[in-house]
Amino acid sequence: MTTDDKFETHEHDVLIIGAGGAGLRAAIEASSMGVSVGLVCKSLLGKAHTVMAEGGVAAALGNVEPKDGWKVHFRDTMKGGRYLNQWRMAQLHAMEAPDRVNELEEWGALFDRTADGRILQRNFGGHKYPRLAHVGDRTGLEMIRTLQQHGIHLGMSVYMECTVTRLLGDDNRVSGAFGYWRETGKFVIFKARTVVLATGGIGRAFKINSNSWECTGDGQALAYLLGAELMDCEFMQFHPTGMVWPPSVRGTLITEGVRGEGGTLRNKDGKRIMFDYIPELYAKDTAPTEEEADRWLEESAKGTGKSRRTPDLLPRDIVARAIHSEVKAGRGSPHGGVFLDIHSRRSAADIKRKLPAMYHQFKELGDVDITRESMEVGPTAHYTMGGIRVDPETQETRVKGLFAAGECAAGMHGANRLGDNSLSDLLVFGRIAGHHAAKLAKATSQKSVDAGQIEACEREALAPFEREEGRNPFQVREDLMNQMQKYVGIMRNEGDLQAGVVELERLAADAGKCAVSGNRHFNAGWHETVDLRNLLVVSEAMARAALVRKESRGAHAREDFPDQDKGHWSQVNLVVRKGSAGMEVEQVPLPPLPDEIKQVLEEE
Amino acid sequence: MSDEAKKSDKATLRIWRGNAEGGEFKEYEVGTYPGMVVLDAIHDVQAEHAPDLAVRWNCKAGRCGSCSAEINGKPRLLCMTRMSHFEPGQPITVTPMKTFPIVKDLVTDVSHNFRVAKRIPPFKPRPRDADGHWRMQQIDIDRIQEFRKCIECFLCQDVCHVLRDHDKHDSFAGPRFMIHLATLDMHPLDTVDRRPMMKEELGIGYCNITRCCTEVCPEHITITDNGIIPLKERVADDFFDPVRWLMRKISPPANKKSLPVLPDPIKATTKTKKKQDAEA
Ligand SMILES: Cc1cc2nc3c(=O)[nH]c(=O)nc-3n(C[C@H](O)[C@H](O)[C@H](O)COP(=O)(O)OP(=O)(O)OC[C@H]3O[C@@H](n4cnc5c(N)ncnc54)[C@H](O)[C@@H]3O)c2cc1C
Ligand code: SF4
Ligand code: SF4
Ligand code: FES
Repeated sequence: MTTDDKFETHEHDVLIIGAGGAGLRAAIEASSMGVSVGLVCKSLLGKAHTVMAEGGVAAALGNVEPKDGWKVHFRDTMKGGRYLNQWRMAQLHAMEAPDRVNELEEWGALFDRTADGRILQRNFGGHKYPRLAHVGDRTGLEMIRTLQQHGIHLGMSVYMECTVTRLLGDDNRVSGAFGYWRETGKFVIFKARTVVLATGGIGRAFKINSNSWECTGDGQALAYLLGAELMDCEFMQFHPTGMVWPPSVRGTLITEGVRGEGGTLRNKDGKRIMFDYIPELYAKDTAPTEEEADRWLEESAKGTGKSRRTPDLLPRDIVARAIHSEVKAGRGSPHGGVFLDIHSRRSAADIKRKLPAMYHQFKELGDVDITRESMEVGPTAHYTMGGIRVDPETQETRVKGLFAAGECAAGMHGANRLGDNSLSDLLVFGRIAGHHAAKLAKATSQKSVDAGQIEACEREALAPFEREEGRNPFQVREDLMNQMQKYVGIMRNEGDLQAGVVELERLAADAGKCAVSGNRHFNAGWHETVDLRNLLVVSEAMARAALVRKESRGAHAREDFPDQDKGHWSQVNLVVRKGSAGMEVEQVPLPPLPDEIKQVLEEE
Repeated sequence: MSDEAKKSDKATLRIWRGNAEGGEFKEYEVGTYPGMVVLDAIHDVQAEHAPDLAVRWNCKAGRCGSCSAEINGKPRLLCMTRMSHFEPGQPITVTPMKTFPIVKDLVTDVSHNFRVAKRIPPFKPRPRDADGHWRMQQIDIDRIQEFRKCIECFLCQDVCHVLRDHDKHDSFAGPRFMIHLATLDMHPLDTVDRRPMMKEELGIGYCNITRCCTEVCPEHITITDNGIIPLKERVADDFFDPVRWLMRKISPPANKKSLPVLPDPIKATTKTKKKQDAEA
């Protein structure tokens, strides 16, 4: 019996795994190039994590501030990333983002408008000018719905609620993917000439996080296990403002848009904290006093002015560590955060109109009326800058035919992502990945899939059913999240990271002993065991890379090496790959900057 | 009683367990804690008692619309329903959405909705202005932006009697798609005429304005009054007067003013009020 008879099999030119912003954009591009496209996702279409994005999408349209342009956006991005970004990706991103946003409008998106009827843009952390196209605080929803409604009419096949557990092929060439239907538990094989991974983030590795359940690092793990490389894994962004109370919603995100609209961070004494945490790199562009910060807010809303921006909108790593320090010094709020105040800054009507989702969220889940009271906020694991290493021009990994885009790919954001550079990243690199995947698919033939490999995939997936007595997968996941939070969190040091690696080894053993009961139909416990394997890969990569990088840079903060290094560490990315004796971390020099790019960086 | 004091309390969940062939209620006890929502309780049941309990969810923040179910008979999002909402000591009954076929436990087959979505002809804009922009005034898109808040939870589809009691899935697209059609029809840039389809294939006539859909919408979209009623009027008028339809497409703002905006009879929100003022 051939594998085709034994398993449901589908064949496509291009297989796209993930239907968030990146996957959908890739699918649209590939479909419009006339190849056959399969799009697989773990949830229903339109539910991917992208739907949660609130603030906006960054693009130098120059509608509010005509001085904006790709060079300014590029500089902001490189500076935010502490110059560890792959410069070419940051450049492509800054140049192409405006077209990608305009294209959304062509497909039906309705962004908020300027007075003269064009796309309105607002301020956000680390962006020099008002740059964010947005729709209230539900920009991600607008984006995913637009892409979805456009995409479904282009003839792609969508496989919803289907989880891919392995890529097929070898470390030279990808040939497809193996997965199961969540509903029935039955296995399915996808044969494809090229594959695009667009599986999103890894937030579920931490106890306190802002991510949906899907963010378990699947794409990173799938790529790693096939033989592709990961990069920048030490850089995990902790968003400064997650909810801290009540426990049920701990970690749930509060959009940076609150600060964009004038919200300020205060400690328990009512003092605005951020003026004490302005780093040298940003001193020149940041208001040192409350008066100037407030003036800036007024002026920038009108698109005028010379004042410098408020430190409440410094890049996320800086704000998150400031909150961490305030709490540590005993100046925090009752439940271990600080206060975020918008009610004294804006009218109730403004708040409800500009930040409806936040108003709603606090009212319903936190019993707080943000038009009258301050919110309690603290850092929450949010976004990974690290991910699959790709070629900046094509988004192809070192495995031929395997591409990656969106949050699961690395390189664009360096050591720290600026808010809202992700939605634009999804569009720009989703398109590029889709384009090159389709182009390559047209030029190559389908590689055969190996029956032995498929049997191994099946055995691996079913193993938890064979174990009679074993560990509870939910408890092992909980344990993993706690250990990562404790040892590989917002402040790191050698001892903790070593301990973390040891814990992860123990957890890998525990995960190997997980058992599940019941049948394969929509079995949450079983699904958990599959996700656990992936979480363990990305967690280990993060801990090991964090151990190697002996400095503090961007999102990676080491108590034992508190300074940003001007020498060696400013020149290397860390690349993680599977070696013969386990995970290896290699230091790889940054690609050299061409002179014209150097020049752009130096202009100001 | 403060939230803290409730910590050691227990709650009982009566969850429907089964599949298309049949099923039964099972009771589970879980500990409660401050701020807990029903989805938390269900996760605790999975972790402690029934790892094979099936439930859909993604964001746990009321943003993705995955976790729709019926709690004590009311269509709601599991992740936005606080445990403290219910009488202590009384079991909380959780059942899958009734309108859709059961897959397993709390998971239903909502694929019908995706099929309807595919049948609706997509947005097709008029050309850009000479300078490459499209100009639209905020006031002209406010109402469509309200419709675009839809998270596709399908709770409105679940509660609409045309689908729920009369099973008209083949002839009525349902409230979610009525507001999708309203979005397209009122979009200042769109050029496609979907009126014959709305009338004949998507069955707008089946809606008899009971407003049940508006009542359950977690995004507080005024589905009936701001969406379906104006749409019905347009279909009725325009069906016999294509010139009028064309005129409106060509000069949307002027026509906007003549559209009736009815206040939500159940809860006139500040937002709709403000809109009325603005349009008055
Ligand atoms: C609360 C919140 C707010 C945010 N706000 C903003 C913002 O305002 N601006 C901004 O720029 N960024 C924001 N971000 C970040 C941004 O939303 C994400 O980085 C981005 O949406 C990731 O998109 P993606 O397409 O890469 O992946 P996702 O949207 O995460 O989609 C991943 C897809 O892959 C699928 N998938 C995963 N694993 C598998 C598998 N094994 N098999 C099959 N399918 C699989 C999933 O089902 C899903 O469809 C925010 C993030 C959060 C958490
Ligand atoms: S108002 Fe119309 S669409 Fe809404 S529930 Fe009633 S009949 Fe259904
Ligand atoms: S209109 Fe409201 S109830 Fe209906 S699917 Fe959308 S969000 Fe849900
Ligand atoms: S889980 Fe997303 S709406 Fe409830």
